[in-house]
Amino acid sequence: MVGILDVDLCGPSIPRMLGVGRQEVHQCDSGWVPVYTDAQKSLALMSIGFLLEDPDEAVVWRGPKKTALIGQFVSDVAWGELDVLLVDTPPGTSDEHLAVLENLKKQHKVDGAILVTTPQAVSTGDVRREITFCKKTGLSILGIVENMSGFVCPHCSECSNIFSKGGGEELAKLTGSIYLGAVPLDPLLCTSIEEGKDFIQTFPDSATFSAINIIAQTLLTCLQNS
Amino acid sequence: MADVPSDAPQHCPGTSSEQAGKTSSCQGCPNQNLCASGATKAPDPAIEEIAVKMLSVKHKILVLSGKGGVGKSTFSAHLAHALAGDSNKEVALLDVDICGPSIPRIMGVEGEQVHQSGSGWSPVYVEDNLAVMSIGFLLSSPDDAVIWRGPKKNGMIKQFLRDVDWGDLDYLVVDTPPGTSDEHLSIVQYLSSAHIDGAVIITTPQEVSLQDVRKEIRFCRKVKLPIIGVVENMSGFVCPKCKNTSEIFPSTTGGAERMCEEMNLTLLGRIPLDPRIGKSCDEGKSFLAEFPESPAALAYRSVVHVPTHTDTHTETHAYTH
Repeated sequence: MVGILDVDLCGPSIPRMLGVGRQEVHQCDSGWVPVYTDAQKSLALMSIGFLLEDPDEAVVWRGPKKTALIGQFVSDVAWGELDVLLVDTPPGTSDEHLAVLENLKKQHKVDGAILVTTPQAVSTGDVRREITFCKKTGLSILGIVENMSGFVCPHCSECSNIFSKGGGEELAKLTGSIYLGAVPLDPLLCTSIEEGKDFIQTFPDSATFSAINIIAQTLLTCLQNS
Repeated sequence: MADVPSDAPQHCPGTSSEQAGKTSSCQGCPNQNLCASGATKAPDPAIEEIAVKMLSVKHKILVLSGKGGVGKSTFSAHLAHALAGDSNKEVALLDVDICGPSIPRIMGVEGEQVHQSGSGWSPVYVEDNLAVMSIGFLLSSPDDAVIWRGPKKNGMIKQFLRDVDWGDLDYLVVDTPPGTSDEHLSIVQYLSSAHIDGAVIITTPQEVSLQDVRKEIRFCRKVKLPIIGVVENMSGFVCPKCKNTSEIFPSTTGGAERMCEEMNLTLLGRIPLDPRIGKSCDEGKSFLAEFPESPAALAYRSVVHVPTHTDTHTETHAYTH
């Protein structure tokens, strides 16, 4: 049983990506009921996206208001029993990151953070600062994922390193973190996400699925061992 | 007074809020009487100070996006380079991405320091006519994290606008982080008595990106910030080997073109993916100078041509090449 908490309040993308873009949330005795993406209720989601009447409505909030809502998301959602809670965050090291961490720590053990970068130095340059945030706040780093790692042309199979190469692995070495793996650029993944389809069900033989699966298995092993 | 003072209770509504001093959270706060009296809602004197400072800046352009990773900083940097290509123009690039300041690296001036003088902070010069300011120059290590909540970020932005000795400028380009939050509100608020020409909004072709960009557009309309137009970045990739085009970030809902039609905005142009762009940014070089004849450089120049040749006082205007 997996939960996803989307604390990107200004740009909540997860509902659309999981095909539940126009759902509403309801209250029960134990709090807000998350939105389930499947009948078996194996994947639950909470996002500000569900609280907006108009999907194009801008959430123009300063830090304190964002902090307050994130506190509610952590304490007032009736997740039920979960094996894993994933938290998706916006870029940065600011209100949202501090709020979700502080609130989670009050009642839960936080296993750690996965840091996502693209291969370029401009990206790893910011992720170095995110690593410092983790160290300063006592958040373990479960590992680094290099996303958008190369593009294989569907016409001639030539691999192009559109966003450069190798940055994720270098960053892991530089900072003494685990390198979890790389995920290539894949228009099929992009289209699936756009349409809220399950990429893994639709393209189980793709190299991209294989890459994501390896990362997931490595992570699960880390979590079981800790 | 800071928007949320350090001695404020947990759910402080903010000293400039309509509810300042009046909510249940305010009970017992040492600032409650001051807030309730309305004194904290008086306009920040810095707004007028900044307006005076900005009298010597002819054009101010904000680069915004609702979404992260669409290429705002890359675009801002190359917009600044392109504008500074005319040696008669004085250009400056202000980086208000406080947590993720990429501009120093992209402009090839990472590791430089800013200096204080009687007339304020001196920006870092990339060329004689191209200046840059970023919190990146105030950090002593590339690993330093800026773990600041909103009010502290707002204070930094105020200082950047008020205390940097920009001199006379033809263009001030402001690069922002993704979102519609403190940084965006602050930059608009602090420039509220100085005229902002408008915003250029960056997106990629996907709906996941456009979804957030529509929110950014709503933000602009809410704060009455004119929108110069929209740029669709990462728009197609031509394989260097077989020359076939792939849509790596496919537009499932008509891309920026349809969004602009629906929202009555100008599509300034589309810029394709090119691995040399990322490489140039990593190396701190101008992609436009390194690969001037590339399709992406031609696309950039076509887009950049627009903000300098339009009447930017209104949102709806036609542009001509």
